[in-house]
Parts: sequence; C-alpha cells; structure tokens
Amino acid sequence: MEKISKDQVKHVAHLARLHVSEEEAAMFTEHLSSIITYAEQLNELDTTNVEPTTHVLDIKNVMRKDEPKQWITQEEALKNAPDHKDGHFRVPSILE
Amino acid sequence: MNFETIIGLEVHVELKTQSKIFSPSVNAFGTAPNTNVNPIDLGYPGVLPVLNEEAVNFAMKAAMALNCDIATNTKFDRKNYFYPDNPKAYQISQFDQPIGENGWIEIEVHGKKKRIGITRLHLEEDAGKLTHGDDGYSLVDFNRQGTPLIEIVSEPDMRSPEEAYAYLEKLKNIIQYTGVSDVKMQEGSLRCDANISLRPIGQEEFGTKTELKNLNSFSFVQKGLEFEEKRQEKVLLSGGQILQETRRYDEKTKETILMRVKEGSDDYRYFPEPDLVPLYIDDAWKERIRKEIPELPDARKKRYMEELDLSEYDATVMTNSKQMADFFEEAIAHGADMKQVSNWLMGEISAYMNKHLKELDELAITPEALAKMIQLIADGTISSKIAKKVFAELVEHGGDPEKIVKEKGLVQISDEDQLKEIISNVLDENEQSIIDYKNGKNKAVGFLVGQVMKATKGQANPPMVNKILLEEINKR
Amino acid sequence: MALFDYTIKQLEEKVHNGEITVEELVNASYERIHEVDDEVHAFLTLNEENARAQAKELDKQADKTAALFGMPSGIKDNIVTKSLRTTCASQFLDNFHDPLYNATVVQKLSEQKAVTIGKLNMDEFAMGSSNENSSYEPTRNPWNTDYVPGGSSGGSAAAVAAGEVLFALGSDTGGSIRQPAAFCGVVGLKPTYGRVSRFGLVAFASSLDQIGPLTRTVEDNARVLEVIAGHDAMDSTSADIEVPAYTAALTNDVKGLKIAVPKEYLSEGVAPEVKASVMEALKVYESLGATWEEVSLPHSKYAVATYYLLSSSEASANLARFDGVRYGVRSENADNMIDMFKKSRSEGFGEEVKRRIMLGTFALSSGYYDAYYKKAQKVRTLIKQDFEQIFQDYDVVIGPTTPTPAFKVGEKVDDPLTMYANDILTIPVNLAGVPGISIPCGFAKEGLPIGLQIIGKHFDEATVYRTAHAYEQATDHHKQRPQLGGAK
Repeated sequence: MEKISKDQVKHVAHLARLHVSEEEAAMFTEHLSSIITYAEQLNELDTTNVEPTTHVLDIKNVMRKDEPKQWITQEEALKNAPDHKDGHFRVPSILE
Repeated sequence: MNFETIIGLEVHVELKTQSKIFSPSVNAFGTAPNTNVNPIDLGYPGVLPVLNEEAVNFAMKAAMALNCDIATNTKFDRKNYFYPDNPKAYQISQFDQPIGENGWIEIEVHGKKKRIGITRLHLEEDAGKLTHGDDGYSLVDFNRQGTPLIEIVSEPDMRSPEEAYAYLEKLKNIIQYTGVSDVKMQEGSLRCDANISLRPIGQEEFGTKTELKNLNSFSFVQKGLEFEEKRQEKVLLSGGQILQETRRYDEKTKETILMRVKEGSDDYRYFPEPDLVPLYIDDAWKERIRKEIPELPDARKKRYMEELDLSEYDATVMTNSKQMADFFEEAIAHGADMKQVSNWLMGEISAYMNKHLKELDELAITPEALAKMIQLIADGTISSKIAKKVFAELVEHGGDPEKIVKEKGLVQISDEDQLKEIISNVLDENEQSIIDYKNGKNKAVGFLVGQVMKATKGQANPPMVNKILLEEINKR
Repeated sequence: MALFDYTIKQLEEKVHNGEITVEELVNASYERIHEVDDEVHAFLTLNEENARAQAKELDKQADKTAALFGMPSGIKDNIVTKSLRTTCASQFLDNFHDPLYNATVVQKLSEQKAVTIGKLNMDEFAMGSSNENSSYEPTRNPWNTDYVPGGSSGGSAAAVAAGEVLFALGSDTGGSIRQPAAFCGVVGLKPTYGRVSRFGLVAFASSLDQIGPLTRTVEDNARVLEVIAGHDAMDSTSADIEVPAYTAALTNDVKGLKIAVPKEYLSEGVAPEVKASVMEALKVYESLGATWEEVSLPHSKYAVATYYLLSSSEASANLARFDGVRYGVRSENADNMIDMFKKSRSEGFGEEVKRRIMLGTFALSSGYYDAYYKKAQKVRTLIKQDFEQIFQDYDVVIGPTTPTPAFKVGEKVDDPLTMYANDILTIPVNLAGVPGISIPCGFAKEGLPIGLQIIGKHFDEATVYRTAHAYEQATDHHKQRPQLGGAK
C-alpha cells in the first residue's frame, strides 16, 4: 500500500499552492510514498530522550538596536513586480 | 432553556518602535504606499530577519503589565500561509513558547469586579495591507509589513458582550499606560477578533464557537457580540446547530454575516524559524524592563483616592486614559484646584472630545493653560461664564489664558464705583421693575441682573452685581 | 600558457610587478568562456561589460594590495548580485534582472576588488546532485562532457575546472560544493555553519546552507575564505568568532595529526577505485607523519533520510515566497488569486523542486510533524553527537567525498532515491554543521577525478586546510587539466 494517497497528495499540493495534473498527482504519490518509506528507517532509532536540533550552533539573543534606516525607493520596490499600479503591487482578486 | 454566553478575545496590538521587528525600515503609519519597505520586508530572495531588541522589550513590558509570566526560554516560529499581503508566505510568529503566559486583568461591570485571564501574549510581525478594488484586482502596500505586533489571547472568561467591552477598555488603557503602543483602533494599531459560544446553564462543556472579525470599534465588538448572542440562541432554541464559522459584523445592517465555514483547523505547518536564534531572557533583563513600567491605571486610581481624596467616580474617570491622568496631574502641578481640574476634564473637555471625536493630546489646550484659567476664575478675574469663552479659544487655538482675557477685553468688572454707575443707569431705565420688586415680585431682580450683564457684555462680577443691585434698589 | 594554471598568489605578483594587467586577466577569462562554454555550459549570465569596465578602473589604481585584486571570479546563481540577473537556474526567476542588493559575500569580494565574470549554473534552487535540474542547458563535466559535473554547484566546479575563472563561490546544503568539486577535480570547501554570512544566499534549507569557495588549489581556497568569512550583523546565525589567517595555517606539517576514518565511509556502496584512492591518500598521510584509525559514525546511514525530511521541510517554507506578487514570472493564465499562485509556481518550478516542496509540506503538515520533521531533528542530534564523539580524540575525519566518480548524464534522473544516495558521505557534515573540504585524490578509469573529503571540528577550517594542503603538495593530482576546446 502507498504511504500517501493521491487525495493526500492533492491536498498537500493545494497547501503548497502547486497545481498538479492527475498524471503528476500519480507520479508524486509514487515518489513521495517511496521517499516516506525510506524515511521510516528513522523509526529504528529510539529518540525518546533526544532533544531536537534546530540550530547546530549554540547562539542566543542575537538582536539589533532599534534604529531605522532608509534603503530603497518606492520605484525600486516595484521594479521587479509583474504588475503594479499607483505605487501598489497589483494582484488578481481573491474571488473568481 | 437558558443559555450562558462564553466570550474570548484575541487582540492584536502594534508596537510603536522606531523600526520594524525584523528589518530596519521605518515603522510609521500613513505614509505613501511601499515607501517604508526594503528587500527584507518584501521577502526578496536571500534576505534574513534580524530581531529588533526594542520589540522584545516592549512585548515584555506589555506582558508584565498584564500580569503574565515571562518566558525564560523563547523562540520564533514560521506560520505558513499564502496571501498576497504576506510576502514570505510565512509569518514569523511564536508558536509553543510565547513571551508571556498566564496573565490577567481586572474589569468592573455594574460595580462588580472580575478577573479575566490572559492565556498568552506573543510577538510576531504584521502583514501588509490589501485593498480590494471592484475591477477584478487588489492592491498591496507593504508599509505595514514587519510592524511589531503582540497578540493577546484571553481565556474564555467573559460572560457578556458588556464584559467584553470592559475587557477591551481596560486592556487598551493598560497598554496605553505602558507606552508601547498608540492602541488606536481607527489606525489599526489595536485590532480585535472575538470568539463567542453559548451553552445551557449548568453545562460544563463549551458549545461550538463562531469567530467575529472586522470589528472596527469597541462598540462594534459589543454590538456584534450582542447580535451573535441572540442569533445563536435563536438557532439553538429552534433545535439547530451552530457551525464553526467566521463571521463579520456589518456596521450598516448591524448584523453578523457569514464569511466562511471552517473545515477542521487551518494547517499552518508551524516549525521553528531557522533564521533566528533562540532568546534567553534572564532575570536581570526581566528586572530591567519591570523597572521601566510606569504606574498602571489601578494603582493610580488608588493613589488618587487615597492621597488626593478624589471620589471613586472621579478617580476612575481621571485614570481611564493615561492622557487624562497625565493631564490631570500636570494641571495640579501648576497649582490648580484638583476638584476644578477634574470638573473641567470630565465636563467641558470631555464634551469637546466627544463632539469632535478627538483625543486629549489632539486638543490645543495645555494642562498649564487650564490651570491658569482656573486660577483666573478663582481670583475673580473672570467669571465662570466668561471662562467658557476663554476655554473655547484655548481648546481650538491654545495660548495663554491671561493674554486671551486681556486681548479680548474679557476681564471681569469688579470695580464697585464702576458697577454702581452701570447699575444706576439700568435702574433709571427700568423703573417698572423696581416697582414690581417692591410689590413682592422677586423675579424682577433676575431681569435687572440680566440687564446689567447685557450692558457689561457679561463681564460684570455676578456676586457684586447682586449685592450692589439690591443696595441700590433699596435706596430708591 | 593557460592563465588560470597560476595560483592567486602567483597572479597577484604578476599584477603587482606590472607583468600583467587586470584587463588581460579579465580578457583571458572571457576568451576561455567563449572558447569552451558552449560545451561546458557553466555560465547562465555574463557580466562582461561591467567586468571589463571594472578591470580598466582597477588597472588605473595605484594601490593594488586588495586581497583579491582583479581576480576573475564566478558566482553561483543563487547568490544575489545587485543589477546582475540572479535566476537560481529557475524559470520562475528568469526575469529577475536586479535583485536590488548584493549578498554579503559579494560585497566582501567587491571590497577586495575581485571581478565578477558572471553567474554560474546550478541545479534549480540548489536542489540536485548533477546539474540536470537546471532549467537552462545543464552544465557538463569538463573532464568528459558525457558526464555530469555534480551539483548543485556544478557550474561553479566546472567553471574552475575548465579554467574559465580563477575561483568561484558555491553553496553547500548537503554536499553541493564538495560533490561537484570531487566530480570536477577541484578544491571545494563547505565552511562551518555560521562561518560565512548567508545574507543574500537564496535559501534552500536555512539550517544547513553555507556558502564556500571552489578553487584549483587549497591555498587559493584558503585565501578566498579569508575574504568571505566572518560575522555579519545581517545574518543572525552567523558566528561572532574571529577569522584566522587560513593561508598562514598551510605549514605542510601534519606530523602527529590524528585522522579518523569512519568505516561507514568505506563500506559496500563505495566504488573500489574510490576506496583505493582514499587508502592511497592515507598512506601519503602516514608518510608525512600523521596517523589514522578506523572509527565509526554509527548514525551515518540515517543521514540521507534525516536530510531529505529537514531540508525539504525548510525548503517548502523558503520557496513559498515565489508567488508572483513582488518579483519573478507570473503566470498569464490565471484569473484569481489562488489560481495565480498555483499556476505561477507550477509553471515556474521544475519537477525536482516541486517534489521537495511537496515532501516538505507533507512532513510539516498536521498529524505528521512529530513523526517526520521532529523525528528527523532528533536524529540530527544523534548524527551531530557522532562527530562530537570522534572529535574528542581526532583532529580530522577523512573519507571519500562521494561513493563513485561522476556518473553519466541521464543515468540517474528517473529515480530520486538513487540520486539522493549519492550524497550519503557529504550530508552528515551539513547536519553536524562542521567544515568539510573535497580535494582531488586521483582518477578513475574513464579519466574522471576522485575526491578526498577532509572534515574538521567546528570553526577549525585551519586544520582542514593544513591537512588538505599537505596532501596536495605531496601529490600531483591538482596539476592535471581536463582536455577541452583544444586549449591545453
């Protein structure tokens, strides 16, 4: 049995905002299932008392002073925008 | 069947640091779109966040003022969701180690005091602003992106929309006292979502809740909750079921309107932010912040009652906002009579603020000016009536009351000879009134006083007018 | 004479004594590119006009003492360059002509007067081990263009190997500098996590990514690291630890050096000729007065699974910003917001990128987080502890960089797991955050290079370089050159 269903794959694709065709969904189902099966070898290890590692270095309290700085102009901010209007980025509406 | 209402509130408060929480962009309201942004705010490829120390200090200060326990070990997490105003498609927030937990504030409704629990207070970044057009497009401004935000989640401890209102008032007041935010709902620096559910009285288990969004003022929060309370009751009484849904309050129809039904919980895929290192808040740091917290409203109220001998009512009103209390104290420091100051603040000044929808700090009158004006009344330079004219000038344009009084010729006439002459003239012209008075019509005096005031444009010293007038009548 | 057979130090002397101009160096670079890049496909974008102008400017300067004065360099295309197109080899960023700012490393190179020749090819968003995931023409191995150059910094390794630039910057998340360095017969170092600023490196897996240099010699490598390393206030994870003079550590003295050789690194999956080369190298070290012992890194076999869960999870969030709102290519076929997100991303990303985003999204999703993501974080701790254990008794860990030499183009593209297994020897180093280098240590039958991996303690790049340099000076592998485009 697959570790992940095609419906799950479609749900994950939606969460990740990826459009997947039926064909792609089938392919990802197969690939993800085999990767997840492979990943389950980690269950061989008892990690009950092991702390998870998020940061490999033990660095704490890195902060900056509250000092404002101007960096780019509005024109630069919009420079790479696919669409913009009146100083704003423009996007299609939420509704269809 | 009778129901009990359960309300919990989620309040977002923008912190007024100089720069943003994770980037050095200016943190300001009301500037041209996309001018207070940089590649970090815009989520450009390759950028990294660096935490603003002041944002942490402010969040701690707020959490302490709300009686929270402050975390010793805390960190940031990524909350993943796609939206055009969320440039990285994740918001840097705090998931399982909020900076503050287990707080409370005390509210008072109908003379009854009650503690409302605060589950947690965490630090996060604000999103940009999306404006929906009617041309099939929406516009995004990222100026607000990265503004430091604290989210304050209450326990479901409120039992009526009135309590919710009182909670918000108190919360706003406390935060304002700490100075970490403007807490102006109209500018969005304080925002509120409300959760409400009903359960049959006696039942322990909570009913299904709905979430109210788009609540643009405290009174809309109360009205929205009142509507929702009735709506849910109706549904339940007719045997229906409450669905877990998000509704918004429509200010025009005064109804709550369905936005969306929630299917399960949202999957935000929180995980620890690898780009930011953990925070370790030691006792010294906590102490340093604790010392910076000014006297809070409850303590101030108590002091006003105990040390200044203000009535509970006056003390409550005087401490209802930090601006009011600061104004009050400053005016007293300039030598004005305490009772007079509080009367003016609760009377004319509050009326003006309400009428013009302005905050105290937006008025032109200073505490010093109010104190001087009160002094001018006390020493008889102006009458209370004239004072209203002076106040009208002060509140609109500011300035020095003494100068105003002089320039406008508003000084009270207290010179006995001068008054005698004026009164004589008035009596000469109103012989019928003298006769009326002597025939026992006391009202006639009032008329004569009015004539004297008219002749002096209201500047005659009223007690003296009364006294001299009677003397002069009796002489005739 | 091929200009780039010289080291930075040798060229620096020539520039200083007027024997050669920066303009000539830059010319040589572009000539070589025009000669061989049709075969190698190392470059995605050239900075020719600016580089030539900069060369003329530099030649006018009296002060030529900057550490990398006039040295032609290539930058991997996931490191952002102001006013110079940065695509990450993705169609999504095909039009990203001006990222508005320079990565900290680019800024540092520029302060030391290095010349940016162009942007280098890679696997899309650094996801891949062969360069076949580039959405442009994939880079080929200069030693044999039927073979892959490795990845994801394949363009960086190939450009150095082909003599197109003197040095290149790459990035390494699970072996992306060391593996292509091994496949292309050059020197590639992944520094300690936190040694080099990540500001301006387009994030793949933030807790693993590091930028590092690819060069022809160890000395050149050490010199470039001296320039790019150091604390950066813009990167909260960069370490505030002083940068030693790495070039001064190249003493050729490894007497008494204690080498650990993990048995897992020479196990069955490792090709016999690779194993033979490594054993040969260990003999060289013995002859130089070092000692080695077999040790165990017992959790190594879990590294690949751990890595794919963690890196894909982080990537799923890091790549979510490519939504078509502020930059990049927006799909023209969308009529509402969600559709715009989905279509822009689906049209802009290649298959491997989508696969990893899917895996990462799944591993973080509700109900699976503890079983996959958190579990992997815990195993990461065990893998890190393996290294800490070994480094209590040894100075360096040595093994092969990759189980096999370069494979043929197209050989592994159909099976992601086989492809992932190629990184089995490099991945643990990223998970532990320690520094690792790959240096040439021989050639396989087809004339393809073999890489020797030297791993050091946290922030002990100096010992890694000293170890690598001693071997390099005792052997001739680094003097071999690929036969390309007729120029020998």
